[in-house]
Amino acid sequence: MPQTVAFTLNGRAVNVTAPHDDTPLLDVLRNQLRLTGTRFGCGLEQCGCCIVLIDGKPVKSCGRAIASVAGRSVTTVEGLGTPEKPHPLQQAFLEEQAGQCGYCLSGILISAKALLDRDPSPSRAEIARALDDNICRCGAHNRILRAVEKAAARLREGARP
Amino acid sequence: MTLPSALPNALPSVLADNPRLDRWLNFAAAGKVELATGRVELGQGVLTAMTQIAAEELDVAFERIIIRSGDTDRTPNEGYTAGSQSMQAGGIALRAACAESRTLFLEEAARRLGCAAAELVVRDGRILRNGAATQFDYWSLAASVNLAREATGTAARKPVADYTIVGRNAARVDLPAKLFGKATFVHDMAIEGMSHARVVRQPNRGATLGAIDEAAIRRAARGPISFLRDGNFLAIVGDDETAVEAAATAAAAHATWRGVEQSSGLQQEANWLLQRPSINRTIGAPPSDSRRGLQSYEAVYTRGHLAHASIAPSCALALYRDGHLTVWTHCQGVYPLRAALSRMLKLEASAISVRHVQGPGCYGHNGADDAAADAAVIAVRLPGRPIRVRWRRQEEFAFEPVSPAMVVKVRATLDTAGHPVDWTTEIWSGTHQGRPGGGAMLLAAEALPDPPPVPAPIDVPEAAGGGATRNGEPLYDFAAKRIIHHLVPEVPRRTSALRSLGAMPNVFALESFIDELAERAQQDPIAYRLARLSDPRARRVIERAAAMANWNETERRADRDQAHRAKGVGFAQYKNRAAYAAVIVELEVEESIRLLHAWCAADAGLVVNPDAVINQLEGGIIQSASWVLKEQVRFDTASGGPIDWETYPVLRFSEVPEIAIDLVASDSDTPLGVGEATAGPTAAAIGNAASRALGIRMRDLPLTRERIMARLLA
Repeated sequence: MPQTVAFTLNGRAVNVTAPHDDTPLLDVLRNQLRLTGTRFGCGLEQCGCCIVLIDGKPVKSCGRAIASVAGRSVTTVEGLGTPEKPHPLQQAFLEEQAGQCGYCLSGILISAKALLDRDPSPSRAEIARALDDNICRCGAHNRILRAVEKAAARLREGARP
Repeated sequence: MTLPSALPNALPSVLADNPRLDRWLNFAAAGKVELATGRVELGQGVLTAMTQIAAEELDVAFERIIIRSGDTDRTPNEGYTAGSQSMQAGGIALRAACAESRTLFLEEAARRLGCAAAELVVRDGRILRNGAATQFDYWSLAASVNLAREATGTAARKPVADYTIVGRNAARVDLPAKLFGKATFVHDMAIEGMSHARVVRQPNRGATLGAIDEAAIRRAARGPISFLRDGNFLAIVGDDETAVEAAATAAAAHATWRGVEQSSGLQQEANWLLQRPSINRTIGAPPSDSRRGLQSYEAVYTRGHLAHASIAPSCALALYRDGHLTVWTHCQGVYPLRAALSRMLKLEASAISVRHVQGPGCYGHNGADDAAADAAVIAVRLPGRPIRVRWRRQEEFAFEPVSPAMVVKVRATLDTAGHPVDWTTEIWSGTHQGRPGGGAMLLAAEALPDPPPVPAPIDVPEAAGGGATRNGEPLYDFAAKRIIHHLVPEVPRRTSALRSLGAMPNVFALESFIDELAERAQQDPIAYRLARLSDPRARRVIERAAAMANWNETERRADRDQAHRAKGVGFAQYKNRAAYAAVIVELEVEESIRLLHAWCAADAGLVVNPDAVINQLEGGIIQSASWVLKEQVRFDTASGGPIDWETYPVLRFSEVPEIAIDLVASDSDTPLGVGEATAGPTAAAIGNAASRALGIRMRDLPLTRERIMARLLA
């Protein structure tokens, strides 16, 4: 039955009424809220295209029931930054030209943010491991790894007193 | 086996097909240049490169250019964006169109100014006379220069030495939207009043749909849905995508089909092809068995079926209104798709518009055309209602065309010094050409009443680079070379074009065999190659890659301490006429292969956007590494084929090697296609390195742990 859920989305309070309490968060984001930056890749929690942050943790939104985000804070790629004020990750991805078709990038940016929030100085191998939940089929992996390293370095610079 | 090359100064073939200059560009908007290309953005950066080419040739700032692509109403017909042809064919056509337009504007300005055109130059769209401003620019002259005329190809092009935009890195114009989560892909489109649809797929051509338990499917949907059935075409339509998806997922268990064919585990292996009827032909040197007393040597290499495995399943939108059908699709060829839709729907082509919108990287003919056909079939039956079809993940894996399995047998006759004097590449393969433009080969058409006949078996002709025969001819200096091609018409899955077509298995076979010959001759594999390769551009990329990888130095160390670590090399000129690429990889083998490094040197001729070229070469290396280490469409699984990323694993971030790429400078003014150039050389380099590390020649792909263990234990 229809389910009204209140949660925080990219810093703003939202109220949505979904057809069912187990309607996937991804469908609500894309179809009801028209935030299409979070992509559908498999619907099986295997590819990482739909990863969002829920209370700071990376979650595959295709397998997450809308009712479970009640009262929580959800961050999507649209909440990271804007062309005018890009997040350091977005800036670094632009500088490194990190991507080809770009379909995987929203999920990768979010996975990378979750990693850097948890560990500001990951090694390259640690970044790769953190991104193993995300598939990139075009082969932009090394550019993406370089971009995350660059963003991490910038964020550390910025965090210095 | 040499192919005819274009005559010098001839009109580029794509421009000859689309000669009207105003199909390529106009100056209608003040201060802007509207550019049209038939090539579409697949993530390879083609829109950026085309913008660079036009900005350079027209002498306008990059930012002034507005580019449209892949739209049957508004862009030239360039067939498919495929085969690494976008720059090599499409780019030079655009360049010629821009050069001629620029000349026409200069001639008009000269006439008005009463001076010679040679006194005039263009700077950012403004016309200067002997370095001083005139009152003219492209936009003020646009009304009096008629571009509705056919190109002649006679205009002088800008000398490459004067280039300031082409040859320099340009940031990809498509990338920012993708990084800020903007609606970019056809999947993200929404039209007012849009319905969602899924197709309950006919399991195979000829299967017939029996009873459907509609009530059970409606229960699974938990929301309003409707059924649309015509023959064996069954679709589920509704306003709530979640409900439609749930219904489609449940439908397989509630629809009965007769005449379902199952593929067996036996059929999944390439060697199965050897027992099948085939259409046979020989290309190249005549058979020569007269070399009595000479030694000959042969080896057989195989590769299984591969999936495109795009990151997302295919999607399309369609709207049929007032007798006109508009389709939005991420297919590679809007005009060929329009022709196929026209045949299937019995609608005039002029009543159909096909528009490209970006999608997930396709690397060839995936489900995009079929999803567009699905949307079109539904839309024409529900006039006025925009229809969005998005395939399910398992549907894409189960129904997209796959790259055919191949067997490649290489045979060489060696002279007394061990040098090959006669070379035969014998190839068994299904077709690499299953695109809808080659016949009404759309899944929806097969399911509808009165399906089109099974198309005659054909493969990509050699004039277009060949399908199974692509790169079947080695570039080395051997006196006699021939290809024997066995086209196997009946194969267990629909097959079609995947990045590099037959070049990957062929280059794997050829370059593995060259290594085997070098081993027999007890020569270094790179020295062996260079001794038999006179093409200076080929030699340069191999020498450069060897230097990048410290080939000799590490070999010595590897021989001493690292029994299971080795380097291997692979080389090809893609299609024997596009970019040259040499790849060296270093890897470790325990039970499975771990890639450590890859080095690549490539000669891509005139490079438009160096960083984009490097991105393509690098992407090709990683994708090929994934094919070689992991990928095979298997039929012996519980699901009867791949359905998800567990039944079709691909390379993940932790498994990707470090990669270094060098573009070898070229004085050519012609770009050479790069998108597929590294696929074959990478496969061969990995095979050669793994074989050296193991001390056993590995001739069957993929090089999975299971296969390595089996060879070690044999």
